[in-house]
Amino acid sequence: MAGGSAKSGGSGTWSFTEDDSVAITHSLQRFLADTNSRSALLVDRSGQLVATVGEQPTFDPTTFATLTAADFSANDQLAKLVGESDFSTLFHQGEKESIYLADVARRLILVVLFDNRTTLGLVRLRMKQAVQELTVVIDAIFSRSREEKPSRPNLLHGADAEIDELFNW
Amino acid sequence: MSMINYASREINCKIVYYGPGLGGKTTNLEFIYGKVKPDTRGKLISLATETERTLFFDFLPVDLGTIRGFKTRFHLYTVPGQVYYNASRKLILKNVDGVVFVADSQLDRTEANLESMQNLYDNMAEYGYDLTKMPFVIQYNKRDLSNAAPLQQLQENLNPGWEVDDSSRQILTPDPYHANENLTEQISTGEWVGRAPYFEAVAVQGDGVFDTLKAVSKMVLKSLA
Repeated sequence: MAGGSAKSGGSGTWSFTEDDSVAITHSLQRFLADTNSRSALLVDRSGQLVATVGEQPTFDPTTFATLTAADFSANDQLAKLVGESDFSTLFHQGEKESIYLADVARRLILVVLFDNRTTLGLVRLRMKQAVQELTVVIDAIFSRSREEKPSRPNLLHGADAEIDELFNW
Repeated sequence: MSMINYASREINCKIVYYGPGLGGKTTNLEFIYGKVKPDTRGKLISLATETERTLFFDFLPVDLGTIRGFKTRFHLYTVPGQVYYNASRKLILKNVDGVVFVADSQLDRTEANLESMQNLYDNMAEYGYDLTKMPFVIQYNKRDLSNAAPLQQLQENLNPGWEVDDSSRQILTPDPYHANENLTEQISTGEWVGRAPYFEAVAVQGDGVFDTLKAVSKMVLKSLA
């Protein structure tokens, strides 16, 4: 099995284009402007950072994304234990900074950081619309990747020798 | 689930280090963290108990170079090894792209290794993942200890070979890491069997740590090719 294709056994792959990235960014920018929130991050369920918009975070965004996904996963399980299918949103309240998290299309997590320049009510209200917009974009990305003929050739197709070379250290 | 970001030109993959408690999973990550250049890695995050036992996971992001203009970023996770923490252990396996099983070579950890391996298969199956068909590497750690079991015994217990019934995979595949051994071969009964690549290690000294990481990362990238 080493070196061979392992496509059938694992969790698969997904990708998004520059155009997708622009659509996501525009949607998040609108949301930030509407709510006066500090920044918004979009994270996939495996903890990979998809986009960051707004004020540049002072923390390490990679770490933040990973912990976000873990937080959401743990809460999913807590939901099941109490008989819910999931908790679609989570809220962490701090003295100055707060975080609001929402599920997007069961595949991604929208994370919003805000402070006392706005209110939880406004963030929650606008979040619904932002999630709807993002769901359309994300669903399109995933249905495209399910199509038989992908819109672009497989990035690593025929790259076996280059991959070997990459680990030649 | 690997993610290819065409906007930032990155390939992101998730690798999980699995195995019994106190087997050396966190030690693998700590050694990698200490050895790779600071500009190619992020922070090492540990969600651990007061006694430094992994409670939820350890996490280390590393860049392993550029291919076709795309940065390859690997997110390395460990799971809590203790039996008690299965709920959080299972969560970490979600969307995994490659698995490293870190076995403790000590004779008195034989049962713990077997139990953890069975638990890995069970948890993977619950997500619908087939460990025999995805990037999977076994590391036999603590090879320097006097009570370490013989390699052959560990292989028989933890990597005895699984049946390869898919004819497209029934191809004699030499083990690139061990001379005169095969990863996929036909045995005397006519049956085809496959095994995971394995490495001997002394993680506290770093022996075998990068060999393991390179092997599993390479398999993950090739699974995308």
